[in-house]
Order: sequence, then C-alpha cells, then structure tokens
Amino acid sequence: MSDFTGGFWSIYISAITLIGIAACMLLLWRTGKGRVHGSGNESTGHVWDVDLREMNNPLPRWWVWMFVISVVFSLAYLVLYPGLGSFAGQLAWSSSGQYEDEVAKAQAAEAPLYAKFSAMTPEQLSRDPQAKQIGERLFMNNCAQCHGSDARGSKGFPNLTDGDWLYGGTTDKIKETITLGRIGQMPPMAAAVGTADDVKNVANYVLSLSGSPHDSLRAALGKPKFSTCAACHGAHGAGTQALGAPNLSDNIWLHGYGENAILAMVNQGKVNQMPAQAGKLTEAQIHVLTGYVWGFSNK
Amino acid sequence: MKPPERPARPVIPIAVSTDTSPIAPPPGASAELVSLYAAHQKIYPRSVSGLFSRLRWYMVFFTQLLFYGLPWLHWGERQAVLFDLAARRFYIFKLLLYPQDFIYLAGLLVICALSLFLFTAVAGRLWCGYACPQTVYTEIFMWIERQTEGDRSAHMRRDQGPWTMEKLARKTAKQVLWIAVGWWTGFTFVGYFTPIHVLAGEIAQFSLGSWEVFWVFFYGFATYGNAGYMREQVCKHMCPYARFQSAMFDKDTLIVSYDAARGEPRGARSKKLDLASSELGACVDCSLCVQVCPTGIDIRNGLQYECIGCGACADVCDEVMDKMHYPRGLVKYSTENAMHNQWGAAEIAHHVFRPRVMLYTTVVWTIIAMVGISLLARAPFKVDVERDRKSLARELADGVIENVFRLQIMNVTEAELRVHVQVDGLPGLKVVTDEDLTVAPAQSRWFVLRLQLPPGQATPGSHPIHFEIDGQDDTTVLKEKAVFLVPH
Repeated sequence: MSDFTGGFWSIYISAITLIGIAACMLLLWRTGKGRVHGSGNESTGHVWDVDLREMNNPLPRWWVWMFVISVVFSLAYLVLYPGLGSFAGQLAWSSSGQYEDEVAKAQAAEAPLYAKFSAMTPEQLSRDPQAKQIGERLFMNNCAQCHGSDARGSKGFPNLTDGDWLYGGTTDKIKETITLGRIGQMPPMAAAVGTADDVKNVANYVLSLSGSPHDSLRAALGKPKFSTCAACHGAHGAGTQALGAPNLSDNIWLHGYGENAILAMVNQGKVNQMPAQAGKLTEAQIHVLTGYVWGFSNK
Repeated sequence: MKPPERPARPVIPIAVSTDTSPIAPPPGASAELVSLYAAHQKIYPRSVSGLFSRLRWYMVFFTQLLFYGLPWLHWGERQAVLFDLAARRFYIFKLLLYPQDFIYLAGLLVICALSLFLFTAVAGRLWCGYACPQTVYTEIFMWIERQTEGDRSAHMRRDQGPWTMEKLARKTAKQVLWIAVGWWTGFTFVGYFTPIHVLAGEIAQFSLGSWEVFWVFFYGFATYGNAGYMREQVCKHMCPYARFQSAMFDKDTLIVSYDAARGEPRGARSKKLDLASSELGACVDCSLCVQVCPTGIDIRNGLQYECIGCGACADVCDEVMDKMHYPRGLVKYSTENAMHNQWGAAEIAHHVFRPRVMLYTTVVWTIIAMVGISLLARAPFKVDVERDRKSLARELADGVIENVFRLQIMNVTEAELRVHVQVDGLPGLKVVTDEDLTVAPAQSRWFVLRLQLPPGQATPGSHPIHFEIDGQDDTTVLKEKAVFLVPH
C-alpha cells in the first residue's frame, strides 16, 4: 500500500494531517467571537485607495457550519479512505483495486461475446461483421505498430495481405505465429558460399529465380553455389515454411529488393522477430485476430 | 395596525463615501464579546402586484415553459434538444455538434457575458430581478408558500404561534409541493442528457442508472434548498454576479431609486393632510417597501449591494401613492444623474445611448453575427488526416512508393455521408483504398488510405501534398495538408 520504507514517515504525515485539522477547528472557534465596540456594525478603520473602507459586518452563521461539515467530512474520509500515512482506510479502496474491478467487469460483459466467437471457426469469424470490428480494433492496437494500419507492412515487417507466408497461411499456423511469436534467422553465409565474387554470382542467381533483372552470366556461375542456400530455401528457391525460410522466386522482398540488398543479407545474415502475444492477449482475442488476419488474403 | 419592526441591520451604501476618517468607538462604549457570525434572519416578503411583478411573472412563465417543455419536443426520430454525453453528440434541433465544436459554446458564453454587461449598463441587475433561476424558482416557491401558509402577516403569526393541526397541515402541503417542483426540475434537467421518454420509463420501472439517480436528486435538492430556504442568501453570500455587476453601473444606469428629495421628511399623516402646506414629504413611512423586499433591505437608504433590482418596492409604493392620491414614482427606475438633475423620461432615454452602451451593443451583435454565419456555413463533415503510426514509406516491387494515411471523417449530418478523396501535390500521385468511404449518420469513422507515387517522380525526402475531400452529395470540399515521404 505505501511506498514508505519505515514507519516513521507514516506517523509523521498522520500527525501533521490531524494536527492541521485540529488547528483549523481551533482557529474557527477562536475567531468566531470577537471583542467589538458598540453595535459592531462600524468601519474597522482600515482604509485603502482613499475611500475604500473595511466594514466590520458579520458573516452568516451558516458559513461556520460549512467549515464544520468540511472538518467532519475530512475526518470521515480519512477513516474510510487511504490518506493517513500508510493507513489503508476502512473501505480498503485503492486505485489499482478499482482498475482491476473495472477490468473484471468489462471482461464479464464481453465474456458471452467471446464465448460465441470461440465456438466459430476463424474462417467464419473472417466473415462475421461484429468479429471483424473487434478484430480491427485488436489489430490497430496490437499489430498495426509494425504491420501498418493497412496490414501491408514495410521493410522488415511482412505484408499480411499478399498471400505470401513465411511460416504458412493456414489458420492454425497464423494462430501459432500470433500466440508464440517467431524468430527468423538467416545466418551469414558468405564464408560457406565462397569468395566475394561467388557471393555476387549467387545474388544474381537469386534475382534470376523471380525473373528480376540480373546478369545472366553471373547467375549461371552462381547456380552451383546456391546448393549451400538450398538447405533452407529449397532446391528451386521456393522456401521452406517449416523453417520460415522465404520463397526467393516470388518477387516479394521483405528486406529489400535488388543485388545490394541480397549481398547484404548473404554477407551479414539477419535475425528478425515477431513477438509472442500470448501474454498480452487472451486466447479468445487471438482466435478473433486469427480470423481477421486470415481474412486479409482470403476475401 | 403598524407592521412589526424589522431588527436594525447594517446598511452598506454602494455610493462612494467622502468620509475617510476611521470611525472611532463612541465615547464611553465598552467593548463586548459577541459572535462574529450573524444568525440568519428569515425574511417574509409580502406579496406584491404591479407592472414589475407582472413582468417578472411573464419571465417566469417564459423561462420555465422553455426549460420544462424543451426536452419533450421531437425532431425527426429523436429528442429535439439532447446532450448525449456518452456518445459525445450534442443535438439542438437541426444542429448536431461534436466536442470539436466547443468553440460555439465559447461563443455562446461570450455572447451571454456581453449581453449581461449591456443589460446591466442600461438598467442594472435586470438578470437578477427577472431571469436568474434563483429569482425565478424563488418566485415559484414563494407563490406556493403563500398559497399554503398565507401572505406575510399570516405566515409570520403562524410561525410564531404554537403548533396546531392546521399549521402542520399547511406546512406539510407546502413541503409536498416544494419537493414535487424540485424533483420535477431535477427530472427535467436530467432529461436534457438522457432522452426524457426513456428516463420517464426508467423511473416508472425503478431502473434508473446510478448517475441519473444522483443528478435527479442532486438538482432537485439544489432547487428545493436554494429556492425554498437559501433564497437571498445565495445572492448575498454566494453569487459572484452580485459583486461585480455594480462595477458595470454608471450614473446613467437605470436603478431602483427612492426619490429622497420628494419623500423626505417621511412620516405618517392623515389622508386629509394638504401635502403642499405641510412640512412632510411624500413618504408616508408605511414600510411596505421594506416588507415586500425579497432581500430584506430598505430602498430608502439608497442603492445597496443586496438589491437585485426586482422592482417590488416600486410596485408597492405606487399602490400607496395611488391611495394617497399622490403622483406615482416615489420609488422608481431612474438614474443617478436623473435624480440629481430632475430629468424626465425623455432625458433619461436620451442618455441610454452613450458610448459604453453603444460599444457593448456593437460587440455583442458582431459576435452574434460571427457565430451565426459560422454555424450557417458549417461543412457537413469534418476531416482529420494522420500519417500511419508505423511505416514512413514503403517501396513496392515495381518501384512504386507507397505512404499510408489514416483519414477520419466525422459526419455532422443525420444522413449517410459518402466522400470522395483526391490528392494533389506530386505528379502521378493517386489514392488507393479498398474501403467504401461512407460514414453512417452522426458517426465518425477512420479509413486507411494508401498513396502511391510512380517511380522517379520525386526526389528522396519530404514533399508537401494536400488531400481534397468532397462530400459527394454536396459541394463542400475540405482540404487537409500532409507530407509524402520518399525513402532514400
């Protein structure tokens, strides 16, 4: 409850608070009566700005009761709510407790909705207008930071709408990706491929796989060297979804297009990560999100 | 019969005093210990009829018909005046306001403040005397009090007398009526925020939300307490207007004034007395002006800060003057200059048109015109364009540069809105979207737009562009600035 490390400061603050309230009452009592001459309605003799005189007029008595009510209120408040040092108050209220209550209330309210969604397949969810609206919110709040508001990604962050999947585009695979995250690794392969010239040849061969502009002589020389890459990317460069190795023949370039981007990848390798969402989102939310994401490429 | 005397009370003149010497205690006066807080003296205002009283009752009917009646009016399918706080939509007849339209509320408040300055400069505390809810509800509550407990003298006599069945019955009747009016007021107030038919249904089924219960009872209780018990205490000790309105007075402001030159020396006299040959002035010292005063002051002591300018004393004095066959207007609306210089009505009217009043009038009408024109020329939708949070720019496989934007369209009409978006600023730049750009009535919606630039059309860096959004059934075209980024 309290951030104090010792009991002293709690007592110190409580004492100041209570003495302050007592002092207010004392002040009120002491100033309630005064020694005045005659009728008590006269000027106090204080004059400002030539002719502005302070009159000794009584205040209405109900004002005093307002002060008294304030004091009673503050005492009642200090008994019920945290305010006196580390005393938690009789109601045991706390801001974090209130937050948790509201979260629990919200979850109880949406439970029937998510129960309905959980009973549906992701394919059904991708066509359900209500699920799509919830999916859109979840996506905007949790996914759009990397994949973009239109889910088309950007360099290093995959496009989710193009039907090209590193780890598979079935609903099960998508759900697995969201739940557990992915770590994609391309090791630096330059040493395994050979000389710098060999690497350049391989790069041109890779470009040729998708029919991109390339040097056909170098591509022909690079073809035998591609066997090193084929372990993951496959003999024809079509990729292996079980490993997350991208298809090199489809003209989709997650980390950049052209010879230089491929050279950098072969020379330096790359580690790319999709963070796991299991801790952030509930299973039912991930289920809805799976349907929403699957729907991008399966209209 | 002489009415009971009111206890002596201090008089605080507003007029500047030239006496600057501190007032010394009278010789021989001994200091005594007294409470510095005065107990509340209950005021029993006598009922009054006359021109100003009638005007006030017209204002009571006008303002209360408006207040109690408005929530029951319909506009199409909905309540005509509804402030939907949960959805943040504010409906006033045809008008639909968003929180983004807050400037109109500021405009309204400026108009109200300046109108108050204007009315106050011309005729003093007109607001306090005729239109303030405190006055209006007090008037209603005092009317109920008179119906149940009788007018001033009967009421005072009964209050001082012992408790009888009759007294109990009368007081109970008053309380029942007061609580009913207070509660209905609270109900009507909440009816501006929750559709009043829904609210009535919820009350019938005891299914009110906790905030609705709170506001119905809080507003109802405030009405009951302020109009039933606090009354002049609110004006004297709580209301800031009371204190600063007199700062807007000048010597040509119409205020309720007692004609001391004509009235003094006051005194009781026989009806047959010939005033011209008598030493007495026109004031018969009947003290009726004091008895009718809702704030319990004596207007014959001059203008005081408690005076809310209700004119009750002027009404009652005119009646007395009629009975005495004296000319009316011993207590009347007049100005300080007029009293001093013996001006007539024409002269007073002439002095209304002074620079201060003209200036207030000009400023008020200018702002009313500005707010009015701006409301009439309001676009049927509002637009906000934001760059996507993550991707600055992306290069598609064919070298096309793509930027992603989010476009928010707020439909301020109650019909479905369809917009068309164009973009300008770079050659070949075009908008691509899969979405149907329609917005439901009174809703706002985000759309994702992609802007595509063919390769080689712009140098790497940032380029200013602008969106042109037009409502397709409308001639309105809104422009929004943005930047298009081309990566290196």
